[in-house]
Amino acid sequence: MCSVCGCGGHDHGHDHHHHHAADDGTLAFAGGSGADDGGRLVQIERDVLDHNNSHAAANRARLDAAGSLALNLVSSPGAGKTTLLVRTLGDLAGRHPTAVVEGDQQTGRDADRIRETGAPALQVTTGKGCHLDAHMVGHALDHLGVPENGVVFLENVGNLVCPAAFDLGEGARVVIVSVTEGEDKPLKYPDIFANADLMVLNKVDLLPHLDFDADQCEAWARQVNPDLRCLRLSATTGEGLDAWYAWIDARRPAPAEAPALAEAP
Amino acid sequence: MHEMSLVQSILRILEEQATEQDFTEVRTVWLRVGALSHVDPEALRFCFEAAGQGTLAEGARLEIIAAPGEGWCIDCASRVTIPTHGAPCPACGGTRVRPTGGDDLAIAELEVA
Repeated sequence: MCSVCGCGGHDHGHDHHHHHAADDGTLAFAGGSGADDGGRLVQIERDVLDHNNSHAAANRARLDAAGSLALNLVSSPGAGKTTLLVRTLGDLAGRHPTAVVEGDQQTGRDADRIRETGAPALQVTTGKGCHLDAHMVGHALDHLGVPENGVVFLENVGNLVCPAAFDLGEGARVVIVSVTEGEDKPLKYPDIFANADLMVLNKVDLLPHLDFDADQCEAWARQVNPDLRCLRLSATTGEGLDAWYAWIDARRPAPAEAPALAEAP
Repeated sequence: MHEMSLVQSILRILEEQATEQDFTEVRTVWLRVGALSHVDPEALRFCFEAAGQGTLAEGARLEIIAAPGEGWCIDCASRVTIPTHGAPCPACGGTRVRPTGGDDLAIAELEVA
């Protein structure tokens, strides 16, 4: 059961919205303003993302209590997220426990690729949804379990627009760009770069064959987000991966001390 | 189009408020949308109209209150207003502006009955 909203007993594969719209009866309660046809103004000041953010805070508290780092991986389709993840899981095996939440609109193909590395993985198929949200991730963590002192990878739906608005409760957000894309991606899709902690420039082994200006790409990314860290690597050849693993290590929270502390709110 | 999920969040808030504040119909929603928020106001309007069908907000007007993007220019050390993420500093032309505000997406006020 979801500890935030109390819902439970649904399949993880299907759409799961909590909006109680289209049920007019629940709103036609007694004691309303009756026949008075005049409207009135109500000041409410409510953040539209409150609901997502409360789930994100719950996810974050749970991950922190377990001493685990969650990374929200975002990119366009085809930037090499899954290949980087498969390589990373293989290299981290034996160093930290890992788990993966895979977001895709359809199919469990990516989760199958991940499970071949031996890491526990859960596919969240978002249907028509274009991004993961914190509620989906919370349920995925219920199902997968949060590893102790580990790293949880949240592979978002391949999309440089929609995931920007949704905090998943991650410890850091990583945007992956490949050198086969245009170097102006940070200027074209600034929102996703504005909220990222790290930009990974992937497939750098292909640079000699392409007209891609890596320095310019990083300069534009830092124009959007002056605090953005940038790393260049190739998930295929392994070039630059040591810096990626060092970055992950540096982001990991203090280890969870004892199970009793891990349960603290 | 993530605006549909955002509209579903708006409708959820309206339904909660309907119970708390004793109303059955929403006529106008004033939504504050920061220049640095991650939404397209036109997509939001489209989704609000479509998803509002059959709810307490069917036919309601969506009034968008635009809030400016705010930033701190590292180069000239001043508070500035920027139209988008990645825009250069309007004062010195520098390209190191750290966003500091104007990413709001909040319901400010409702007209209800």
